Amino acid sequence: MSLALSIARRGAIVIALPAVLIAVWWFTSSGSESFYFPPLATILQTFVDLWLSPQAVPNVVPSLLRFTIGYLAAAALGIALGIPVGASRDLRLTLEPVLEFLRAIPPPVLIPVLILFAGIGDEMKILVIVFGCVWPVLLNTVAGVRALDEVLENVVRSYRIGPVARLWHFVLPGASPQIFTGLRQSLSIGIILMVVSEMFAASNGIGFALVQYQRTFAIPEMWSGIILLGLIGIVLALIFRLVEAWLLAWYHGLRRTQRAN
Amino acid sequence: MSDRTIGRAPMLEVKKLHKVYDGASRTVEAIRDLNFKVAQGELVCIVGPSGAGKTTLLKCIAGLLAPTSGGVIVEGNPVNGPPPAMAVVFQEYGRSLFPWLTVHDNVALPLKHKKMPAARREELVCNALAAVDLANVHGAYPWQLSGGMQQRVAIARAVAYEPHVLLMDEPFAAVDAQTRADLEDLIRALWNKLRVTVLFVTHDIDESVYLGQRVLIMSHAPTVIMEDVTIDLPDARTQLETRSLPRFGELRKHIYSQIQLAKQGWRPPGT
Amino acid sequence: MSGSTTNNPGPLRAGTPAWLRGLAGLTGFAVILEIVPRIGVVSPHYLPPFSEIMVALFRELMSATFWTAFADTMRAWALGLLISLVAGTVVGIVIGSSSLLRALTHSTIEFLRPIPSVALIPLAVLLFGTQLASTLILVVYAAFWQVLIQVLYGVQDVDPVARETARSYGLGTWAQVRYLIWPTMLPYLMTGVRLAAAVALILAITSEIAIDTEGLGREISQTESGGAVAIMYAYVIVTGIVGVVVNLGARALERRVLFWHPSMRLDAAGAAP
Repeated sequence: MSLALSIARRGAIVIALPAVLIAVWWFTSSGSESFYFPPLATILQTFVDLWLSPQAVPNVVPSLLRFTIGYLAAAALGIALGIPVGASRDLRLTLEPVLEFLRAIPPPVLIPVLILFAGIGDEMKILVIVFGCVWPVLLNTVAGVRALDEVLENVVRSYRIGPVARLWHFVLPGASPQIFTGLRQSLSIGIILMVVSEMFAASNGIGFALVQYQRTFAIPEMWSGIILLGLIGIVLALIFRLVEAWLLAWYHGLRRTQRAN
Repeated sequence: MSDRTIGRAPMLEVKKLHKVYDGASRTVEAIRDLNFKVAQGELVCIVGPSGAGKTTLLKCIAGLLAPTSGGVIVEGNPVNGPPPAMAVVFQEYGRSLFPWLTVHDNVALPLKHKKMPAARREELVCNALAAVDLANVHGAYPWQLSGGMQQRVAIARAVAYEPHVLLMDEPFAAVDAQTRADLEDLIRALWNKLRVTVLFVTHDIDESVYLGQRVLIMSHAPTVIMEDVTIDLPDARTQLETRSLPRFGELRKHIYSQIQLAKQGWRPPGT
Repeated sequence: MSGSTTNNPGPLRAGTPAWLRGLAGLTGFAVILEIVPRIGVVSPHYLPPFSEIMVALFRELMSATFWTAFADTMRAWALGLLISLVAGTVVGIVIGSSSLLRALTHSTIEFLRPIPSVALIPLAVLLFGTQLASTLILVVYAAFWQVLIQVLYGVQDVDPVARETARSYGLGTWAQVRYLIWPTMLPYLMTGVRLAAAVALILAITSEIAIDTEGLGREISQTESGGAVAIMYAYVIVTGIVGVVVNLGARALERRVLFWHPSMRLDAAGAAP
């Protein structure tokens, strides 16, 4: 099959089912009088008017900013704490039950707790995201550091490679596949926390806007908000995959070779 | 000792080395009392039955493992941690190279911490890779290469490091026979060219006779040296001719029977 | 450093046993929680001392409110988990068995999967208010994907040679599922159960906090706004314990079911679900 034809075929397969589903949604809802399920056309129009216009900025930007700051802080904290815990058997055994317990607390539970400490402002939301996102990163970093290859560690020691270089050239790259697993889990948790914390107590943000629309029965706006959140989830997942593919290219190559054998 | 080393202080000296592994459930005396010297520029092989503590010995010499008592002296300094100017080539070549670095970067990494101008480092890397016949895979990743090639990269890394002592821990145990023969000749060639002191641990008796100037035979754990055999074969060695020499066969047979004794638990008197 | 910090101590490593170290860690944590509010680093209004929290906890354990809330949360969790397991397994087997269906649904699945289920909160509230159904929408939507993805991996792992053999022996669809697909898929399904169980608990409690449906989450938000801080922390600790029990239970179940099964995957065992 020629290249153009095979690309077209693959494109068709990717679009086929979504196109059918959207078409079904469109046509079954087009004449809709239902209050809770307006026509898809209306929803899409509202989406464009609302979120693709400047008036969306005061809601979208703060949300994404809080998420980004919280997520990156959690990543840095999780990795920074995970490395020493993973490297020291004593430390790990001592802390393991405490960490398992803290990790098992559903993160949204911390929203009321942190409201006590930090009020209902930006700090609270960022702290909630940090507290929720740090655990998968931390625990996976610990697992990754534990699994560092013993032979490679002996190589590093025998060539007298210093502690900073050891961290940068051995520990971090060696643990990175596992760390990325944790970062991926944290991504989903962070989005959830961003939305829920804004639904619970906020004066701006996407979650806040959604709750307002629901309370004022602005139904098409509410649906458009749901679609927006979906798109944000998809885009963030995509960005994550691109970053991972770039940073872990060596790992994917290695696994491919191992599987082929 | 060969005539190029007479009169110099030993490069490496193992004195009363004693290593006991102490665990919650049991105690294992791996090495009881090891004493030997290696002169500068010598190529010494170490053989022994499995369980003879060869790897433990190598790790103690490399400073990766602390002995229970006794010690190792390298270039006049006692070993408390990995000594400078020593390079180790491990058996598991697949795991001893960094999979996230190219071949070139793998070889260059230990040099980055030796404080030299970048141009000199590049020169060492290129020369080392050329010396092991891998001049055209600089940009490849280790996992893209065959087993023999990966071990060559590890050897190149050791060579580029310009060590005074080269330790090799059963480096060819996991490659096929043909590759092993090529790599053995590579080691002899590098040794001749660089005049580096080499300590080569192996379980392959033929290999030890082919490569070494001396062969140290280890007993079973708790390990002591059973015998220090001088290999009086000519310096120029080739796979085909050297291995068919009658003297080769005699040495081989002698070492083989000693190892059989070792396997049965025989030990030198007084140990 | 000549002593290795390797994490493979082997049978020869002496020292304090693991459980004792863990206990020391937990005790240390409790001690810190006791001291920090008392010496005023943090105000006891925000963080009561550990002893006060424990007292509140024991009192709650003897109150009907607690057990009702606990039962509500567990009901939502169990029901939601069950629904997503059944749906995820069935859909996964159907889609996974056909490479055409897999290809067709791939983009849709990758599209829908990252959508945070909390985006459905406003819709759930409008449709069902604070009833159980609201919570179930959130729980099922989130947990379903965990199960589906794992089942898809599992079905794809079926040995093609075995499948051909089964077909040539004329094994019907049901028999194929039972003897061929199910055993191969089981390890993956167990991972899916573990992941889904954790996610289901999180979403159940999230829904209770955000929507105010009945359960432990609602107690937490109500005690917070009512100022009963020690009781709030007591509930927080309870959710943590429930979470730990669910995680440990799921892992134990996974091990139990799989101990006879030669697991061929390289699993990130020991990592967080």
